[in-house]
Amino acid sequence: MKRLLIALFCILSLPVFAQEHGSAAAEGAKTEEFRPGDMILHHIGDSHEWHWFSTDNDHFTTYLPVIAFRPGKGVSVFSSRNLAEGKVYDGLKLEHEKLEAEDGGKVYDFSITKNVASLMLSAAILLLVFTAVARGYAKRGTGAPRGIQSFFEPLIVFIRDEVAKKSIGPKYERYMPYLLTVFFFIWFNNLLGLLPGAANLTGNIAVTLTMAVITLLVTLFSSNKNYWHHIFATPGVPKALLPIMIPVEVIGIFVKPFSLMVRLFANITAGHIVILSFISLIFIFKSVAVSPVSIAFGLFINMLELLVAILQAYIFTLLTAMYIGGAVEEHHDADYQMGGGDGADNAHAAH
Amino acid sequence: MPPIVNPELGLIFWQVVIFGIVLLLLRTFAWKPILSSLKERESSIEGALRMADQAKLEMQELKAGNEKLLAEARLERDRILKEATAVSNQLIEQAKTKATEEGARMIEQAREAIQNEKNAALAEVKGTAAKLSIDIAERILRRELTDQPAQQQLVDSYLQEVKLN
Repeated sequence: MKRLLIALFCILSLPVFAQEHGSAAAEGAKTEEFRPGDMILHHIGDSHEWHWFSTDNDHFTTYLPVIAFRPGKGVSVFSSRNLAEGKVYDGLKLEHEKLEAEDGGKVYDFSITKNVASLMLSAAILLLVFTAVARGYAKRGTGAPRGIQSFFEPLIVFIRDEVAKKSIGPKYERYMPYLLTVFFFIWFNNLLGLLPGAANLTGNIAVTLTMAVITLLVTLFSSNKNYWHHIFATPGVPKALLPIMIPVEVIGIFVKPFSLMVRLFANITAGHIVILSFISLIFIFKSVAVSPVSIAFGLFINMLELLVAILQAYIFTLLTAMYIGGAVEEHHDADYQMGGGDGADNAHAAH
Repeated sequence: MPPIVNPELGLIFWQVVIFGIVLLLLRTFAWKPILSSLKERESSIEGALRMADQAKLEMQELKAGNEKLLAEARLERDRILKEATAVSNQLIEQAKTKATEEGARMIEQAREAIQNEKNAALAEVKGTAAKLSIDIAERILRRELTDQPAQQQLVDSYLQEVKLN
């Protein structure tokens, strides 16, 4: 699935970028030239305002709060309306969506950006949905599930039985809250990201980095003697090879979460780029005749993205469970031998 | 680094804070009650299934017991019937024997009584005959003393009387 997407992305986006460079070189003098690369990067990037859509004359934008911390000057909070269109406010300005001080000093940007706002929205949705599910259980006890409860129950049971129990083993229960939260957080945000005008949260490297680091910390804090024994004295490896093996194994600890970070980021971002590329074709060819093709392909990729949304949530959760499983396992039996390597092959094998 | 792969500090901060809060809240208010309810339901379903199996087994045992009891009862009935037949046959046999014996005894008694009566009657006939003879002889003797024809007539009349008797 992922390979297919990347292949699609490679084939379909290359002409777009080529077109961009070609047209930029040929008609560079013209102002208001459509630059698909910039447009796409702007759409998948973060922003200090939530731009919904524009008509010929008006922009429909929600200005979000800017929270900046400057050493020595303290915290300043104000609306991003004050920074719109390159304006300077309180000695701060936006340079390509990056908050900078006019005097060149250091600025720490804690603004409620579009991604942060989307993050809060998704947090609220998650809390509303799953407290509603929990209320269903409180009301019906051991009775048959109904409504929203019966929609999410198979997924919860799937994560518990197919992911946690199989990958972690008997100690799975401790990690269930984390795995469930990760799964539904990623899935919900992937879906939210597909809505028109929405933020690209799970395709943002800061978000995937944070989740990967949390997984790394959970893995390290739950690791037992066996795990470290495998890293510093891999069984069956001659002593002479240990100077090579130890660095490899130590790098492996960090490669695993790194792969988690890149996989989710790249998959979601690639999907967005492909859809935006198809839509850009209309503007590149400056012809309405292209739009049926763009819309058909865009729709197809969007459907694909619906699948990718849950698939990537599943893969992230499964690999997290496998890494934790590798850290907590007691005996090295063949079923649980999943700690090694990147783990992506296991994920493919699992389908 | 291009901005797309350059993680921003602000978003990392908010992600840690908000994800942490979501994790804690969901753990307390969603996952724990949901997972424990699921577990409870699964164990109750398992318990119900096990109970159903047990009930089935008990039913089978009960049925087998009933059948055994029925077979035993049937055997008992047959045995009792057989015994009763034997006893009744025996009783009939006994009664028959007894009746035959009694009959024989009664016939014997009757025969004896008849014999006794006969003997008594014979003795009485003998006595009566002797007495009559004596009477006749006495009357003859008395008439002879008077007249001959009258004598004859008298004998005849006596003889006639005897015949009538």
